[in-house]
Amino acid sequence: MTNQITSTAPQGTSPADAGDRITTLLAHADDNMVLAQRLGELISNTAELEIDIALGNKALDHLGVARALYTHAGSTEGEGRTEDDLAMFRTERDYTNLLLVEQPNGDFAHTMVLQLFFDAYQMELWKDLSGSPDLTLGGIAAKALKEATYHLRFSSGWVIRLGDGTEESHHRVQDGVDALWRYTSEMFEGAAEKYRSAWTTSIEAAFVDANLEIPSDPYQRTGGRGGFHTEHLGFLLAEMQWMQRSYPGLQW
Amino acid sequence: MSPEEQFQAIVDAEDKIEPSDWMPEGYRQTLIRQIAQHAHSEVIGMQPESNWITRAPTLYRKAILIAKVQDEAGHGLYLYSAAETLGVGRDEMQELLHQGKHKYSSIFNYPTLSWADMGTIGWLVDGAAITNQVMLTRCSYGPYARAMVRICKEESFHQRQGYELLIRLCQGSASQKAMAQDSINRWWWPALMMFGPHDGDSTHTEQSMKWKIKRVTNDDLRQQFVDMTVRQADYLGLEVPDPDLRWNEERGHYDFGDIDWEEFWRVVKGNGPMNRERVAHKVKAWDDGAWVREAAMAHAAKEEARSAA
Repeated sequence: MTNQITSTAPQGTSPADAGDRITTLLAHADDNMVLAQRLGELISNTAELEIDIALGNKALDHLGVARALYTHAGSTEGEGRTEDDLAMFRTERDYTNLLLVEQPNGDFAHTMVLQLFFDAYQMELWKDLSGSPDLTLGGIAAKALKEATYHLRFSSGWVIRLGDGTEESHHRVQDGVDALWRYTSEMFEGAAEKYRSAWTTSIEAAFVDANLEIPSDPYQRTGGRGGFHTEHLGFLLAEMQWMQRSYPGLQW
Repeated sequence: MSPEEQFQAIVDAEDKIEPSDWMPEGYRQTLIRQIAQHAHSEVIGMQPESNWITRAPTLYRKAILIAKVQDEAGHGLYLYSAAETLGVGRDEMQELLHQGKHKYSSIFNYPTLSWADMGTIGWLVDGAAITNQVMLTRCSYGPYARAMVRICKEESFHQRQGYELLIRLCQGSASQKAMAQDSINRWWWPALMMFGPHDGDSTHTEQSMKWKIKRVTNDDLRQQFVDMTVRQADYLGLEVPDPDLRWNEERGHYDFGDIDWEEFWRVVKGNGPMNRERVAHKVKAWDDGAWVREAAMAHAAKEEARSAA
């Protein structure tokens, strides 16, 4: 299907710059794609209809961002690859999403902690990229920033509610933090280091209200941006890409 | 005039009955049963479609499917709210569903086995639902009628997207067309069953028509659906799996074969292909979410205590 987004790449950039830009666009597209896929698993499985609707909405937001970024990456590359080519015909070694977003949903506390870590990161990312000289990327980021703002309100609200709620919910949400903390440093590698301080402030504020503790174990796992994933991603992609791989070259 | 006569006068004048108006207990109970069953159908109906969210063939189709399942959840919410105006709580209705004391549309007890089923559900299942539901926008009970206006708009959109999905398959490769044909083969008869028993065997029709909850009989609705849908199948180049189907010039309608009523009652009574799974899925989501709902309530209570302190 046609996509409304048209590409306006900055003029006068070298092929090497274009390569870097495509790498960046794909990394962010993959983050949103993989998280949309995870959230898509949850619809009809949550504690209330309102949560089903909210998570469906969040899945749609991330999917929308992924589609816009893939399309933009494809047109920047100029080889005619579409959003579906980029999503459906790259392997787990080609995907460069953060390890955090490919982690299984776990229980609702686990899911909300994952969303909180990622939403707080995307707030800073989209604020930054909405001023990008690449006007298409800037436009995508400005729209995504509005979405990230209510995503963060939702996830931090739930982490606080669960942290403060009952003994059981508190344990579950602290377990989620303990399991997922190891995937947080990866968000701030390289140039993304500049997002760390605002992210930390945002997370610490939520943790105070939720009465949660940052794990003392300093271990951090990275590699996603280089295609070195956890074992979960392969299964996620196998399911997502199954139709295109089984019936290649058809229109749906 | 007695309250009973006054009530019937409002109904006969095509005015709406509102929650605070006097109504016969039978009317209230019929509406609760019907609206709750409708709400449950929307909610259980999320399962066969969400079954394909993670496997949708393109990102565009994935987005449409998520939005559609989300719409079904939204319909569930409006309808539970409409039923709540009659004095029954959402949790109470859900509990009755979980215990098997409340029914939902039998169509959702069939499995979705291919991508084409996402098109067929939109075309046939939502199509049959709309045929049933358009008359409900004129239902005598105000909150139900108003909820149905919005629901019908969205269902009509769903139906068109389902048909458009099938057009794409039928204009595609031989394997895509075979997928579409297999899908209509499996869904055609269950879709006709959605209109319920023959008029002579329908226990609620007569009273519901008098109360203007229902305005057209099961068999008339079924005929309307067949007449509309056969032409759509022709356009797709799909064969309707009914050897008795033919145009009857004299009646100005299609004649069609009889439904397998044994299958109909088997599925209604809980022994269709997916009845157990659908209810078990719903119960599991609800039970697994108990600690989440408790936590939300506990937090709200603590917040209230803190702000009072």
